[in-house]
Amino acid sequence: MTSAGWIRTAVVVAFVGVVELLCRTGLIPNTVLIPPSEMARELVSILEGGEMTGDIAATFRNAVLATVIAVAIGFAVGIVIQAMPALRRSVEPLLASYYSVPTFIFYPVFIVLFGVGDRAIIAIAVLLAVVAMITATLNGIDRIPPVLKKTARIYRMSRVRTALLVELPAAAPYLFTGVKLSVAYAFIGVIASEFILSGSGLGYEIAYAYNNFENRKMYALMLLVLLSVALINSVLDVIDNRLQSRLRR
Amino acid sequence: MTVDPSMTQISAPAPADVHVSLRKVVRTFVLPSGLPLHALGPIDLDIGRGEFFAVVGPSGCGKSTLIDVLSGLSPPTGGDVLFEGKPVHGVPDGVGVVFQEDASFPWLNVRDNVAFGLRRAGVDGAEVKRRVDYAVGFVGLNDFSAAYPAQLSGGMRQRVCIARTLVLQPRLILLDEPFGALDQQTRLLMGDELLRLWRETSATVLLITHALDEAAMLSDCIGVMSSRPGRFIDFVRTGWARDRDNRVVSTPHFGEITARLWDKLRTESMKIMGVQSPSSPGPR
Amino acid sequence: MRQHLATLLVFAALIAAWQLLYLIAGDVALASPVATVRRMVEMLQTRSFWDNARETGYAFLCALALALAGGVGLGVALGLRRLAAVVAEPILITLYSIPKVTLYPLVLLTFGLGISAKVAFGVMHGLIPIAIFAMNAIRQMKPVYLRSSRVLRLTSLQTATSIVLPAILPELLSGVRIGFSLTLLGVLIGEMFASRHGLGFLITNAMGLGDMATIMAVALFLTAFALVANGMFSSLNRMTHR
Repeated sequence: MTSAGWIRTAVVVAFVGVVELLCRTGLIPNTVLIPPSEMARELVSILEGGEMTGDIAATFRNAVLATVIAVAIGFAVGIVIQAMPALRRSVEPLLASYYSVPTFIFYPVFIVLFGVGDRAIIAIAVLLAVVAMITATLNGIDRIPPVLKKTARIYRMSRVRTALLVELPAAAPYLFTGVKLSVAYAFIGVIASEFILSGSGLGYEIAYAYNNFENRKMYALMLLVLLSVALINSVLDVIDNRLQSRLRR
Repeated sequence: MTVDPSMTQISAPAPADVHVSLRKVVRTFVLPSGLPLHALGPIDLDIGRGEFFAVVGPSGCGKSTLIDVLSGLSPPTGGDVLFEGKPVHGVPDGVGVVFQEDASFPWLNVRDNVAFGLRRAGVDGAEVKRRVDYAVGFVGLNDFSAAYPAQLSGGMRQRVCIARTLVLQPRLILLDEPFGALDQQTRLLMGDELLRLWRETSATVLLITHALDEAAMLSDCIGVMSSRPGRFIDFVRTGWARDRDNRVVSTPHFGEITARLWDKLRTESMKIMGVQSPSSPGPR
Repeated sequence: MRQHLATLLVFAALIAAWQLLYLIAGDVALASPVATVRRMVEMLQTRSFWDNARETGYAFLCALALALAGGVGLGVALGLRRLAAVVAEPILITLYSIPKVTLYPLVLLTFGLGISAKVAFGVMHGLIPIAIFAMNAIRQMKPVYLRSSRVLRLTSLQTATSIVLPAILPELLSGVRIGFSLTLLGVLIGEMFASRHGLGFLITNAMGLGDMATIMAVALFLTAFALVANGMFSSLNRMTHR
């Protein structure tokens, strides 16, 4: 691990330590927050117990599906928009304002279209994530240095080969930023939907625990979400660094 | 314009009124890998008050590091830097630097750029106006005083940076390859500007350049630096009169100077070409 | 001219898609464009709508001010020290990727119900993106500016206000633009969970009553607001563009 990594670990550990202390001494009341060690203990017992496995699996599966779909659609739409400047200019303000509207209010639409359950959740998550991917695709294609495309033409490469062998690798770092964001939004979308309007999944279990004052269980699950997100981000970061190093001069 | 027959000296020239002094100055960096990079030194140098001193050397030899150390931007790892007899800690009063990159602030127009340092130093409005008017006029940007850097050419932007330095009336002016990004014709004209600036301010000037003709044409004395770690391997006194301009390039003496410089530099530069590995990072 | 035609076409296409969706999904899921507009016009004439809008607006401004101050402050502080930025960035991004919905119970337990919870939600959504943008804006700043500030022997405060801030302004504005939308979203969500006032509450209330027309009317109003705000940011962007 790099020295920055060690410092980061130290910072996180110190922070958790402080929170632990504040909880144990009662400066943060137990009704608000339970000590991190308690959260961890509860989480371990929940995982061992196995009653949550179905929910956890459902959440992750939905998030992955939503990501894949959002990335595919976002990429395709991004390419189309980029190719038509007039369309782009009209659509861009809408894209920029997109995240102001709480999109999950359209949940009822998706229930009607897809029925209650996973499909509607995935649809909401895709709706949330797709715009991030579209924007990243636009940005990535913009940033392909024109000189690379000229080089491809000097080599008399076909359109397809140019796209696959020159443009895609050149845009890859920016596209990957879109993928990272899509993962984050898909996750958020799935869990938020489960939280508010569902009968299964991690989000639902957290809401249920909250409503029934089962703080221990609630915090344990929140910890699980936090750890999963951290893990996924670390993996994505490693890949991202490999891609980004190409950009560094 | 007399020619000094013994114009070359291997040891540092010892002027009577020493303005800037470097004693056994060494600068070492620590690379991200943890290995030390010996960038500069040991350097021994005395520059006289009001002298125009140029430094030439192969790329990567540590010339810019010399500016950092002289200006107080970074402390030497070993040795002493003295300015006006006092050791340098941080940037001393009376030092101006013109950097290699364009340092003009894109969000200010030419006047405001030039006035920037004065305003921050709390100089009063009338004095600011007087000095800015003078400096902008001096570098010939009167017609552009309301323009923004984005509207100006590279040469004009460097003139803005020079005006910004001039306006503070520095006693020591350090220039780090200030004309590197400019085309040859502009460089020649800027060279004349620099001489005017030097005579006008009576400042001591240290110019870093990779252009031998520029060094030979402008300076009183040229220090030739070796490849990294940079040390002085030669000092060449030009012997030009103070009121020189770029017409000196047509004298035979000019040719002798540049020939001598290139003679020393060729070997150093070839060392760089031979041993340079593509992945060696610089301390920048 | 072609530009405006294109925009009109896009709008027309969106409305057509909307109508189509309505025909498929029906009243239980959507309101038709016509019904939505009618409801919105009705709504804009009622006193209670504007009372609620004012509630939301007030909470939003508080949240935005805090998110800006905190985000810019944090981002600049981190951006100035390279090591701090490298250490902090993954932490910030991870915090940001956590479905904030999972932290809502914590916020509600800490702040109770009411305006402070709403503001907290807003800040929670907006602060980190602003901080990340500010941090990157600083890191992208040309190093020669800082060196110039040292040669000119400026104090840290002078360096920060007269060099750093103007230099990072365009990048910073992009972050603020995004933070603006997200903070508004946060406040709305807060109202949906934790309040009996505000536009978010109107939405939740209407959801409970199955009143799709109101939900969509409020959403339409918010969209219009977002578009206007976005337009202002665009002009601002053009003005600072050099």
